[in-house]
Amino acid sequence: MNMRAVKAIYFFEMHRAWRTRLQSIVSPVISTSLYFIVFGAAVGSRMKGIHGISYAAFIVPGLVMLSLLTQSITNAAFGIYFPKFVGTIYEVMSAPVTVMEILMGYVGAASSKAIILGVIILLTAKLFVDYHIMHPAWMVAFLLLTAVTFSMLGFIIGIWADSFEKLNMVPLLIVTPLTFLGGSFYSIDMLPPFWRHVTLLDPVAYLVSGFRWAFYGMSDIDVTVSLGMTLVFMLLCLGTIQWMFHTGYRLRR
Amino acid sequence: MTADLHSGMNTGPETNMPALSIKGISKTYPSGFTALSDVTLDIAPGEIFALLGPNGAGKTTLISIVCGLARASVGRVLADGFDVVKYPLEARRRIGLVPQELATETFETVMATMRFSRGLFGRSPNPDLLERILRDLTLWDKRDNKILTLSGGMKRRVMIAKALTHEPKILFLDEPTAGVDVELRRDMWRMVRRLRETGVTIVLTTHYIEEAEEMADRIGIINRGKLMLVEGKTALMQKLGTSEMRIVLRQALAAIPAELLSWELSLGPDGRELIYAYDAQAEETGIGGLLRQIDRIGLPVQNLHTRHSTLEEIFVNLVNAA
Repeated sequence: MNMRAVKAIYFFEMHRAWRTRLQSIVSPVISTSLYFIVFGAAVGSRMKGIHGISYAAFIVPGLVMLSLLTQSITNAAFGIYFPKFVGTIYEVMSAPVTVMEILMGYVGAASSKAIILGVIILLTAKLFVDYHIMHPAWMVAFLLLTAVTFSMLGFIIGIWADSFEKLNMVPLLIVTPLTFLGGSFYSIDMLPPFWRHVTLLDPVAYLVSGFRWAFYGMSDIDVTVSLGMTLVFMLLCLGTIQWMFHTGYRLRR
Repeated sequence: MTADLHSGMNTGPETNMPALSIKGISKTYPSGFTALSDVTLDIAPGEIFALLGPNGAGKTTLISIVCGLARASVGRVLADGFDVVKYPLEARRRIGLVPQELATETFETVMATMRFSRGLFGRSPNPDLLERILRDLTLWDKRDNKILTLSGGMKRRVMIAKALTHEPKILFLDEPTAGVDVELRRDMWRMVRRLRETGVTIVLTTHYIEEAEEMADRIGIINRGKLMLVEGKTALMQKLGTSEMRIVLRQALAAIPAELLSWELSLGPDGRELIYAYDAQAEETGIGGLLRQIDRIGLPVQNLHTRHSTLEEIFVNLVNAA
């Protein structure tokens, strides 16, 4: 294992995030705080609780998940797309590194950044909302699993994209709607039966549900199903990345 | 990890094997365009090999295949005995690449990007080596500058410096001096010679034929994906070059005098130059007899000069002939 290469990529990427900390950290923290103020404090105070939990506290896991997903995808996608765009990808592709090492570097850094941000948002939420975490170990497990899985998805998008427009298209047009429809702001039980079944096709619903269970011990979907579906999605992403490197898809001529 | 040698046996690398062995490489794109056609070439350890060819000849494609950036349709490449497809990690560890395009981590400092390159190739930190490389390329004063702030020539130096950080045994320089000033070109030539002294094999592609003439031990000419010839530089210039003597007369001639016809001279455009092409390597060049004959018939000579065709002329003739 070329751990020096993994470290080189990882710290290079982490340094890039630090260099752009205003955009990488401050901006998402501010926008998520606004969600807490608007939906939690202002709107939430006039709504009755869901499953005995105040609305403000109910949306905390969903909002953390929203940031985690968006940041994981964006960080990883940009991390691999930018070297492709400026041409420096030649160095990684001609270096003695395996797919797994490249992945550990890029996805590891993107996940780390997303998790750091998730924790900051969780701490920021404490300023506005009174919430508790019933299963902290599971909360960490879901946090890690989600960050890694969606960083892999971002990595795939970064390899696939051949323009900045395409790079932004998937997070904006697919991931954000899926996150909103995945039960970030409501319980899936509140939907009509048809839409409840449609939501079960949304992988984000399993993450939000599992994450919410780690907080409050209640979920729309059984937690083992949530965990299993997330693992399946992670393996799908891993398989796709392996295929991309094996065939050289948009990486080699 | 074991090496994959010419024989196909999996044993350790031999000491006398080529640094780079390219065997029957062809590359055809899905569009049907053939970029390389059956290229075979061995390059000895410590050799400086210049690959010349017009734009689109296949030089960069060949380098990309060796470095793992492109896949050959047919054929195989051994770098220091390791098959670049079967043992890519072992092969790549030995190869350094300076690509043609200026591609740098714009927002990073020179030193940070150097450390990244060394780490990427799995080498332990070596600040002394990085300092030596940067000093050799007169980049030491710029080590803390962001690459964004450097000139094009300086960026080119950074790319060369990055390729050297992992101490490669084989270095590919794809048009390394394209668009850079004379000073950098000379600096780079000096650096390439120093590298060769340490045993590094250098493969160079260039449009500046003067560069190949100055540095290369051997020259390969590639055109339309085919390697047309590979020859030692001196041998190539002797074999394919021509020598020419121009005799400048005091008075213009209307035609070549009958007494000089056996030398197959040509007359310059203003009638004041007699041009004699000869084989400089031949035992009898005919120059002595010609000068004696000119003196005998009383042609007044003002001056004379000789020249040997340059590598550029040889290159242009070969490519045009193809």
